[in-house]
Amino acid sequence: MITARKSMGRAAARGKQAKAALSDARRLHGIISDVLRLAKSAGAEETEVHVEEVLDDLTRFANNAIHQNVSENGITVSVRTVAEGRTARVTTNRIDEDSLRAAVESSLSLAASQPKDKHLLPLPGKQRYRAVQRFIKQTAAVTPEDRARAVRRACDLAVQQGQVAAGIFSTGESQSAMGNSRGLLAAYRETHAEFSITMQEAPAASWAKANAADVREIDPQELSQRASQKAHMAVDAKELAIGKYTVILEPAAALDLVGFLFYDFAATAVADKRSCLNARMGKPLFGKNISIVDDAYHPLQLGAPFDGEGIPRERVLLVDRGVPRNLVYSRKAAKIARKAPTGHGFMLPNEYGEAPMNLVFAGGDSSLEKMIASTERGLLVTRIWYIREVDPYEKIMTGMTRDGLFLVEKGKVTSAVRNLRFNQSLLEALRNVEMLGPALRATGEEAFEMVVPAMKIRDFNFTEVTKF
Amino acid sequence: MWDLATHSLDVAKLRGAKYADVRVMHLRQRDLTTKNGQVGTLAQSESIGLGIRVLANGAWGFASTDRLTRDGVAACAAHAVSIARASALAKRHDVTMVGEEAFVDSWQSPFVKDPFEIPLESQLALLLAADAEMRRVKGVTLTETDMQFRKIDSWFASSIGSRIHQSKVISGCGIVATAFQGDEIQKRSYPNSFGGQHVLAGYELIESLDLLKHAPVIAEEAAALHAAAQCLQKTGTLILGGSQLGLQIHESVGHPIELDRVLGEEANFAGTSFLTLDKLNHLRYGSDIVSVVADATIAHGPGLGSFAYDDEGVPAQCTDIIKDGQFRGYLSNRETAKLIGLQRSSGTMRAESWNRLPIIRMTNISLLPGSWDYDDLIADTDDGIFMETNKSWSIDDRRYQFQFSTEIGWEIKGGKKVRMLKNPSYGGITTEFWNSCDAICSAKYWTLWGTPNCGKGQPMQTMGTGHGAAPSRFRNVQIGTAFSGR
Repeated sequence: MITARKSMGRAAARGKQAKAALSDARRLHGIISDVLRLAKSAGAEETEVHVEEVLDDLTRFANNAIHQNVSENGITVSVRTVAEGRTARVTTNRIDEDSLRAAVESSLSLAASQPKDKHLLPLPGKQRYRAVQRFIKQTAAVTPEDRARAVRRACDLAVQQGQVAAGIFSTGESQSAMGNSRGLLAAYRETHAEFSITMQEAPAASWAKANAADVREIDPQELSQRASQKAHMAVDAKELAIGKYTVILEPAAALDLVGFLFYDFAATAVADKRSCLNARMGKPLFGKNISIVDDAYHPLQLGAPFDGEGIPRERVLLVDRGVPRNLVYSRKAAKIARKAPTGHGFMLPNEYGEAPMNLVFAGGDSSLEKMIASTERGLLVTRIWYIREVDPYEKIMTGMTRDGLFLVEKGKVTSAVRNLRFNQSLLEALRNVEMLGPALRATGEEAFEMVVPAMKIRDFNFTEVTKF
Repeated sequence: MWDLATHSLDVAKLRGAKYADVRVMHLRQRDLTTKNGQVGTLAQSESIGLGIRVLANGAWGFASTDRLTRDGVAACAAHAVSIARASALAKRHDVTMVGEEAFVDSWQSPFVKDPFEIPLESQLALLLAADAEMRRVKGVTLTETDMQFRKIDSWFASSIGSRIHQSKVISGCGIVATAFQGDEIQKRSYPNSFGGQHVLAGYELIESLDLLKHAPVIAEEAAALHAAAQCLQKTGTLILGGSQLGLQIHESVGHPIELDRVLGEEANFAGTSFLTLDKLNHLRYGSDIVSVVADATIAHGPGLGSFAYDDEGVPAQCTDIIKDGQFRGYLSNRETAKLIGLQRSSGTMRAESWNRLPIIRMTNISLLPGSWDYDDLIADTDDGIFMETNKSWSIDDRRYQFQFSTEIGWEIKGGKKVRMLKNPSYGGITTEFWNSCDAICSAKYWTLWGTPNCGKGQPMQTMGTGHGAAPSRFRNVQIGTAFSGR
């Protein structure tokens, strides 16, 4: 939307500030056509073009006031050329014709510098995509003043409660388009909104967060109240002996833990023998209550319906009642394995292949309250933090609890507990799931968003205690 | 660039900004990887744009754009002012900052060989040759190599009159051999894990690493780890290799001294810090031999935290963080320095790119060398474990309790390395750990390690930091905790 951008400049000169908007999709398609034309003239046998545009705003607050407030607007163009069995990618945010020509020539030059790739496939042709509607005009219309007022209300609540608030409220829109010299053309646009808040009541803190395409699905005040109440509950934490406990992981905690599993479902990771699924496909690995699909079309998911090569994303059953059944495949991995590509490939060239990015767990019908009521002695975990892989095959993960750890005794939350470090096999944890909540769109900090339930897990291994 | 930068400052001032600073940045990057003898990634990218930060109505606003025209940057500056006015709707007090001089300067980071001028064919040939050396070793199931080169040009201008141009050249390289066998995956990396070594230098870094000599060594070790004894769980003596100690410094010194964390500005994401203001000049952080500096000057070395000026226009400085074991200083910017009564910012504001706000970042946070010869240190250790090359790292959100694991360990008995250990790990409480340090190797063994992937801020920014360290010894450390309970 060149016109809109120009009008914003004129408005600025007049002293008024118009809300910026994404370009018209035709502009992105125009860039793709320009690059394909330039590449053909430069001698590329095949060419693939990605164009991405972002318009993101983020209001950040701490100490009960906004302290950072940022806006980002930009377009990037990424060109991959193929010549004589070689390929390379060049990305630029300069979109004038000379710069695009230079990007094409650089791509050809990079490609020519390497040995021929015998596994390189011809680009895919035209594809058909299932439509997804993830652009919500109410989200795109949110202004800095709207975010500031919501933040002010959250901070006022903190002040009223004698607490200190910190967090973010972000809204944004983005679009991507890709095309190639074999006629493939794909486009996607979405909006996104996120509110995250930490309420601190010395020496404790608690946290709540939500993320959605539609800003109207996020209630900052409800999240603020929830974090505020839990922060108050978390004061006077007592130290608990390390050992194995039943844990009730709230959805965000479950998400950030299980998020480390899914790169193992890449066919390339299995072929490289870096996946924990090596020699384990088709065998019972998790509890029978664990079923997982990758489904880009689930109503709680975001993201484009095509992958980095423009292949439509398929719904893939990854785990069926505890048994890992399927992997995801890029075109190259599929060719090697004699399977069909599933639409999960990354942009080429890359060495990782593919990954599922739209995960949906089968949920259960146990509410958090029901899980607590059924627990003789255990821990309720709000959030976990700084999770890292200790053992890649047994999938032992370490990390800390954070922002609200509570002791459950005889079916009731009885006290706050000092934060603990865990060293826990993720495979074992998913064998020990006793109860599942309804699956919902969860958001944390370590893993990308997915649809995941709260989980009650027995024998979760805590090995160290910290000082708060 | 100066014309656009100045124009955006003028528009910001006209719109009512009391202070503004602007960065035009041009970033270029080349990435090369190989896997199992084939080229993996082969890509180049560039990004150029402008970001402007303004203070209006006593609050901050920031906007960025890739539209580098007078209209484009004017709209961006006006947008930043309108955002600042929105910020003022939820302010508790007006932002104030310590004073700073105006500087007009230009600086180029030192390098010998421009990596973008070295033929790609020879860069790939070296990686493929190293890859082949690793694949020759029986038991190795995956080989990976990488090189990364960056050039960053920035033009900084501020409403107090600064005009600073800085150019940086950054190079990085690493190789990894992985061995899958039975029910274990073991790997070894050189010269460091997670991308290797990264410094503010040119292609001379790559040539100094001697990849072909080290490739078979790490490949043999990766395969041999499968037959090695498991690192036992115990309390004992630990010697850390330099690169692992660099990451220990990063997590348990570098992050907790960031004043924005200390003051609660990162509470929602990166966390806070145990180093509350009452601890400055009072806390015994480490033993008497522990001295740590935050040194951004190029005299400290070609670190990823070296520069001439930070992204707030403050000159690079060397600040005592821990002096003879006592906690002495924080990393600050102009705003946080004012909040705690300092006279000047310590010059640590950096932005990942033109579209990101500068925030407090580690510069080169380095443990100063001690006096020990490495061989003497091993000979002086009756019973201990030497651990090197990071495998995993984790620390709580106030930076007290940490746990690290490394790719390889060596048992030391009677002053000698007697056998290889697999799955080594250790953990502890930050101040207890640093107070248990009783030996640090000399400058001969000191390396300024680069950590290229430090994440902080919302939206997330990735920044390179430097950490000088030499092998050092720690007593009474909890060892083997990562595999406890199994």
